[in-house]
Parts: sequence; structure tokens; C-alpha cells
Amino acid sequence: MILDGKAPTGKIQDSWDNYRFELKLVNPANKRKFKILVVGTGLAGASAAATLGELGYNVEAFCYQDSPRRAHSIAAQGGINAAKSYPNDGDSIYRLFYDTVKGGDFRAREADVWRLAQVSNNIIDQCVAQGVPFARDYAGYLDNRSFGGAQVSRTFYARGQTGQQLLLGAYSALSRQIKAGTVKMFPRTEMLDLVVVDGEAKGITIRDLKTGEIRVHVGDAVVLASGGYANVFYLSTNAMGCSVTAAWKAHKKGAFFANPCYTQIHPTCIPQAGDYQSKLTLMSESLRNDGRIWVPKKKEDLNKPANQIPEEDRDYYLERKYPSFGNLAPRDIASRAAKEQCDDGRGVGPGGRGVYLDFSTSIKRLGEDKIRERYGNLFEMYERITDENAYKQPMRIYPAPHYSMGGLWVDYNLMSNVPGLFVLGEANFSVHGANRLGASALMQGLADGYFVIPYTIGGYLAKTKPGKVKTDNPECVKSIADVKAEREKLLAINGKRTVTEFIRELGATMWEDVGMARSEKTLTDALKKIPSIREEFWQNVKVPGTGADTNQQLENAGRTADFLEFAELLTRDALHRNESCGGHFRVEHQYPDGEAKRDDENYCYSAAWEFKGVGKEPELHKEPLKFENVHLAVRSYK
Amino acid sequence: MSAHASDGTMNLKLIVWRQKGPNEPGKFETYEARNITPHHSFLEMMDVVNEDLIKEGKEPIVFDHDCREGICGMCSAVVNGVPHGGFKRTTLCQLHMRKFKDGDAIYIEPWRSRAFPIVKDLMVDRGALDKLIQAAGYISAHTGGVPDGNATPIGKRTADYAMDAAECIGCGACVAACPNGAAMLFAGAKISQYAELPQGQVEAPERVAAMINAMAENGFGNCTNHYECQAACPKGIDVKFIARMNREFVKALAQDKVGALAQSGK
Repeated sequence: MILDGKAPTGKIQDSWDNYRFELKLVNPANKRKFKILVVGTGLAGASAAATLGELGYNVEAFCYQDSPRRAHSIAAQGGINAAKSYPNDGDSIYRLFYDTVKGGDFRAREADVWRLAQVSNNIIDQCVAQGVPFARDYAGYLDNRSFGGAQVSRTFYARGQTGQQLLLGAYSALSRQIKAGTVKMFPRTEMLDLVVVDGEAKGITIRDLKTGEIRVHVGDAVVLASGGYANVFYLSTNAMGCSVTAAWKAHKKGAFFANPCYTQIHPTCIPQAGDYQSKLTLMSESLRNDGRIWVPKKKEDLNKPANQIPEEDRDYYLERKYPSFGNLAPRDIASRAAKEQCDDGRGVGPGGRGVYLDFSTSIKRLGEDKIRERYGNLFEMYERITDENAYKQPMRIYPAPHYSMGGLWVDYNLMSNVPGLFVLGEANFSVHGANRLGASALMQGLADGYFVIPYTIGGYLAKTKPGKVKTDNPECVKSIADVKAEREKLLAINGKRTVTEFIRELGATMWEDVGMARSEKTLTDALKKIPSIREEFWQNVKVPGTGADTNQQLENAGRTADFLEFAELLTRDALHRNESCGGHFRVEHQYPDGEAKRDDENYCYSAAWEFKGVGKEPELHKEPLKFENVHLAVRSYK
Repeated sequence: MSAHASDGTMNLKLIVWRQKGPNEPGKFETYEARNITPHHSFLEMMDVVNEDLIKEGKEPIVFDHDCREGICGMCSAVVNGVPHGGFKRTTLCQLHMRKFKDGDAIYIEPWRSRAFPIVKDLMVDRGALDKLIQAAGYISAHTGGVPDGNATPIGKRTADYAMDAAECIGCGACVAACPNGAAMLFAGAKISQYAELPQGQVEAPERVAAMINAMAENGFGNCTNHYECQAACPKGIDVKFIARMNREFVKALAQDKVGALAQSGK
């Protein structure tokens, strides 16, 4: 099937304005008759739930954490992009649009990216109005910094906690609606199935994580904002509870999963210290504004303290290879470059898996106080984890799985191919193409929630009747039974290995074979290993306790079971995409200097996969990508 | 407990609060944590213990955790009598085992406070903090139709002060540390953030009145200046924000209608 993204035609500059005008509206008195279920309360989910509640819809919002304020958007450090051009340095909506399309290696839908760039400015205004304490200069105006893949300063920030402040802004707006009674909040609740009635999404089956109760919530539309799947690699910068489960369950009920092989490996994370490790910690990309990345030129210098290696024996490889972007090269490029240095035997620290991120030049230029003011909390975080003082010696960093550009396929309305199922934020595939630029995730989450879904969901609801499905519908009853059966099956296995052992094994396979560099051989190997891990899981996992109360092992077992199915789809997608682009690097396809080599003739499309059964070949649907405003070109940052 | 410089692994004795449910009696159980390196985080040490428990056929210890990088505010246990273990600006998930030494006995308990009923083992229900924010911990800015972000200049000092207050992660350590179970530091920080910013000043009197009333309604105690909250706060939130809240409250009292609302306890 050739998929239609329903992107508006005509001049891109007017596309969103015209489209908004053409969308059908739901009149204010009718809005309260519709119920919308919002899954996830990160930036996308919380902003959507708050805004839809404000508009007068009945909203029910769900999150697995004990409070909506804890979603992992909170951990975003560096900032949020907008095309305000306050620094007067040549930015514009068009430039943000252009940078994002190019940064995504020409694998995103142009109209969606344009809309994102256009509403980016509204987001900043909205957040300021909510009391988000963005950094200001002494005259009281908003301050900006630079992020990778851009030559302008367009990133707004709140110290090293921008995600936290934006999320608390959205959480405060959500809390206001909870008080007003338009939003009903269900924390410690996990979505375990999508209910589809007559081809439309009309409900979700959830498990109450405190009592173990499994029940259905019905509504007129379902909004999934359940985040990304980087935890398929086990060690990632995601929170422990982040999973593919909600998206995967929707996929199994018919929603297409698009471009799952587009995963982002973030270049600046604290290297792994041991096998027991449970997660990796990101060091904000903003550090690359003032930190210089290097490795020793000579292998015999590897064991020397960094400050005893003279300037001429250091290889500032990003500055050398990409003189115009230097240390601010985009993430995929910076990550691969780090891996290349370490593979070449010039990595520093334990196991040779690290490169230096050095602030000594900036400290000399600006003074330690200025650096402390800009990044103090990040330096503190680094010291707590590594016991090293980054003011005195360079940080050691290494790439780690961080973000997923792929996700459920959506059209321009952010609606999946299952009518009534909308997907926002990291959970969808829409705007970042094959690589996301820094400070664009926060922008997308809030754009989708505050400024896109409030319009586009109306277009769907205006054509439906409210309250069509009740909880006694056979599909609801069946869904509850299926979810219960799956829990019971997990608890009954009573094998010998823990859930953590399985997810670690899967993660190690994915990182080795489907990580930063992929080849036909490693991918084919992974496609053999994953089903065998999955098979063993269902025979030999040990899940203690019962399903009748709080059982964190049961929760993890369910998420791991879904990762074990999803990993296969990710790998298949990576194998099918016989080109390199953005975060997807096939070693067979590179230029002599090691840059990713795209194949626009054969792969200029989004790959949307249809579920056909566990372990069965999924069906590929293509959405061709047209580039009418940005010319397809070799993506160069030299 | 002093920093332990050795690279060797250690064995520790954990004395952990186990409680099956909110209405069940709880008790301390003792466990061994074996072969822990100085680089294990505290929660990774707990993971090791839990893996052992599962293999022995026992139920693992339930504890809240999520981001494991000190920002989500989910992790919450009292370690050796102090919330988060008592290291400056450090959440439990950021605490590393290099701060302990071989043979140490470590007491691990849940947050204990009237407003936070125990869910299971170390997990508590902190919904009362959400209730405080729902009472008025926001600026009533409707989505859309707001002025340009630079329309109202906000001095750097003002923005920094607001950010100092806004850094709160809502973990509830302040409440757990307070002998009165007060949420004054939590509420004071939110009230101060918004009272300082021009956008939040419009609703400042109503906000402080509503949030103070909500504290009483949700089982939180009062402040009697122990400052245990500040000492326990993993983000270093300053008690000056409680003083600011009190000033805001006095200002609200002086206003028509709001003053009556504040005094009514509603």
C-alpha cells in the first residue's frame, strides 16, 4: 500500500494556516460530549491533556509514574529550539525548517517540519506566560545558546534543566485542568492494550499498578504520547520505566510502525563503568558550546593523565574533520566519529571506550566561574557519578542510545492509520527523519500537544458521534481477558532467569549488532538471536509474586516481552533499509571518508510496517517523500 | 560513613522495611548485599539484592525509581535515618557506594509522614503533593493568545531567583524530614517562583491562600522552624522561600476577599 500522509499542497509557508482553516470544528457545547484518553504525561501528553481540557473536552490522562510531573521529558537538559531570531544572527522559520529537514538526512515529511518550525515561537511565548524561568540576560531579555547542526543560536534554556522546567509548566497547566474537572488523572497506571471497535480506536485496557486491577477505559479518541523505545538497548539514557509497550500494543492492533531503525545514539554520555550498570547518564549537548572533544594522537599517550599530553599530540577530530561546525556537528556524526576513534584504539578510560570533552580552553578564556554558571549542575552530576572533577581534568564521554526518531506512523493530523488513534511526541515518527537535532525533542513534544492536536483532533471528532462504545462492548471484554491471560502466563512460567537477565541479553545483542554501525551480517545474526532469546524468555523467566498488587517484576516482564517482539521489527527495518542515513548507519554504504551514503533513488520513503503476528514477516507500506522546498543533497557539515 | 577510597568490592548488611500493603503491619528484614563495587549506585546495589531475592524465590524489595539521574523525583527512601541518605544535593539514585565501606550496616525505610501512606515496602503515595499544585500551583495562562516572550523583560536576578525555587523535584524529602510532616518548603518554593515573576503576580494572593489551605486539607503539618527540610533537600532549596511564602500570606490577608478566604481555612 502507498500511504498518504495527507500533507497539504501549495506554498509551504501558508500550508498550516490554510489547513487549519479548512479543518472542521467542534462547537463549544459539543466538546464536552467527547471523551479523549491521553496516555503519557510527558511534554506531549501533558500539554495535550491540558489544552484539550481547556477547550472543553472530557479528558482522562494516564501515566505509569506516581505523578504526571515525573515523565522522562523532565530529564532533558540543554534546551528548546525556536526561530525567534532574538540574537539577530540570521535565523528564521525557514532556516529552522531547513536545518531540521537536513539534520534528519532528508527522511521527514516537509509540511510537518514546516509546521513545527512555525509554531516553535508560540511555544516559547506560552512557556514564559506559564512562569517557566528561562535564562535571561541582565537587561531582562531571553538568552540563547547553540546546539548541534545549527550555525545560529536559537536554543532557549533554563540552566541545565530545561526539560524539567518545561514539563513542570505543562504539569501546572494540567493540574489546573484537573482542578477544573476537565481532566481526570490516573497515575500509576499502565496501558496494556488498545481497544479497536469497527476499525476505530475507542479505548485502552490498563493495569492499575497499585492494586493490580485490569480494566477498560473507553473514549471517542485515544492520544498516545508514550515516548520512545531506546530501552530496547537496555543501557540508554531513558528512565527505567520507558518502554515500547503502549506503542507496541497499538501496533499489534493495527497501527503501522514507521522507521523503527532510526535510533539516536547521543555522543556525550558518561561511559559505562561496569556490568551491573542499570542506565547511562547523558551530559547535555550544550556542553559542546564550550567543551572541545579530543583523543590522544599517539597510542602510547593513552595511559597518561590528560593534562600531561601536549597540545600538538591531541587530535581535536571534530574540529579537524568538520571545520565549519566543529564540536557542534550533529549527533549522529559526532557519535560515529567517537566510535571511529575508539575502534582505532585511541579511546581513553576503562576499556578504551571514551573520548575527552575538555573545558580547559574555555576556562582559560572565560574563567571557571563563567563555566560554573553555565554548566555547574552538569559538572556536579559528572563528579557524583565518576568521582572526577571536570574543572581540573577533561570529562570522559561515549555515545549511548538516547532517542527514537522512528515511531508509530501518523499523517499530517498526527493520526495513525487506525482512525481515532493519535500519536504525539517521541512516540510518533513524524518530524525528525533519520536523525534528530539537539533541542528539537522538547520543541516537538510541546508543538504536538499545545498547538497541533487541539486543531487536528477536532477534524476527526467533528465527523464522529460521541459515546459510541461502552465498556461492555465485546472488544473491551476480549481485551481485558487477553491482558489478564498475558499476566497470568508470565507469572506461571516460574523459570530460572530473572527479567533483568533477559533484557540485558537483548540489549547487549541490539547494541552489538544493531547499534551505531550495522551490516547485513550483524543484522542477520540479530534476527537469529532475538527470537531465541524471546523463546527462552517465555519458557524460563521467573516473575515472583502475584498480579493482585504492586509487582514491579511483573511490570518489567511485560515491557521486556514487548521489547523482545519489537526488537525484531527494528532489526528487520534496519536490514531492509539498504542505505545509510542519519542515525541508521550501514557499513556497506559509506563514502571513502566514512560519511553516511544515502540512496535517494531507492529509499526516499518512510517505511511503515504492518503487524502480521509474532515472529512473522511484517508487511511493508511505503510513504514516498517529496522534497519541494529543500533540495535533496549530500548532507555536509564540513 | 566516610568516603571509601578502596577499589575492592564490599559486603554490606541491609536492614530494610518490608510492608505488604497500606493496611498491613510492617517490619524490618535483614539482607546481605554482596560484591558491591564503589561504582555501584545505591539503587544498583538494591538491584543486586533484589536479583538475589528473586533467585531465592522471595519477593524483591519494592522501591520507587525511574530516571536514575536525580531529576524525576521518584526515588524516595530514608537511609540511615536521613531522606536520600543525607549527602549534599544528592538524590538516592545519585548516591554511589563509594560513600560506604565494607561491613557497613545500612537502614533503609520509606518516607514516613501522615500525608504519604505506604503503598508497599519503600513505596509511598505522594499524591498529596499533586493536590497542592492542583489547588493553585500554576499561572492561569490559557494555551495561545499570550504575548511575546520578550514583551515583559524579567531581570536576570529575578529569573535566577525564580529558577532557584523552581529546581524542586517534588520528591517529598522535605516532608519526610520534617518532624511536623510539613510541606512548607515544597509549597513555599512554588509560591515564591510565581510571586517573583511578573506573570505570576496577578494571582499571587489567591495562590498563597489556596495552597496554604490545601496543605491543611491534605494532612500536612505546620512549620516550626526546624529547617530539616532544607538539610534534606537534594536540590538545595532554601528555607528563605518559606519566609517568602509567609510574607505573601500576610500580604494576602490584607486584601479584600482573599484575606477572608485565607482566614477561612477553605
